[in-house]
Amino acid sequence: MLEMMLSRPQSLVDQLETVRRLLANSVEGLPGGIRSVAYGAFPEINIGRTENTVEVFAFAPGIDVSSLDVTIERNVLRISGLRASALPTPDAKVQLYANERPDGRFSRAVSLPDDVDPLKVDAKYRSGILRVSIALNAAAQPQRIAVQ
Amino acid sequence: MSDRNQLTTSRASASASGSNERPVMPAVDIFEDAGGITVLADMPGVSKDRLDVSLDGETLSIEGRVELDMPSQMRALWAEVSVPRFRRTFSLSRELDVARIEASIKDGVLTLRVPKQAHAQPRRIEVAAS
Repeated sequence: MLEMMLSRPQSLVDQLETVRRLLANSVEGLPGGIRSVAYGAFPEINIGRTENTVEVFAFAPGIDVSSLDVTIERNVLRISGLRASALPTPDAKVQLYANERPDGRFSRAVSLPDDVDPLKVDAKYRSGILRVSIALNAAAQPQRIAVQ
Repeated sequence: MSDRNQLTTSRASASASGSNERPVMPAVDIFEDAGGITVLADMPGVSKDRLDVSLDGETLSIEGRVELDMPSQMRALWAEVSVPRFRRTFSLSRELDVARIEASIKDGVLTLRVPKQAHAQPRRIEVAAS
């Protein structure tokens, strides 16, 4: 429903966002994040974090990989592309009963934490899921300091 | 053509797969041409071996499990997809040929083709001039 400001992972703000998101299903008109999007946005996104990476999963079935565009600019990850309509051209012999699958151009943006390394990014598309792994800056990772 | 509404959808029962979480209904496109009905369903993360298409009487079910190659020590920060399972059922009508249903999945999109019985396909009837 809305995109998360990753710069404060697990913070109170994020917990409030989660509650807000739950509430928004029944209550309309509450303000959301500035990059928030309407419920049912395409593609849906899951985000996780490991010790060394931030992992973004975009659920984008039926995309031609050559139409996918993944960019990182000033710590904002943007995933955009084109999903071609799979419907036949309408004519008298074709009857359409359901058209729930979104098509056309799409774009979603995610704010990344400050400590990512935008030069170390890996993106893979498999079974309709785009996975983008962004490495965290080595300097920002926890280091053990030997006590003399 | 309103009788085609029989190809309606019904919510899957949550108990069907032994989980408390209700499976997600995949978004579908459905259209009919002279030869039969085509169903396209968005099931991202579902590969061929995790897909189950089954027929019980005149009820066609599609079910799939999402495979997400998550690193084991990953902490979830944000999840718009929280139930890794899709399920949707359709009731078919009699003139469809259930023995010849074809299913394929590519890039997380399931394509189902349900052909009509040969006798149900449209025919042009010649009008004889007397």
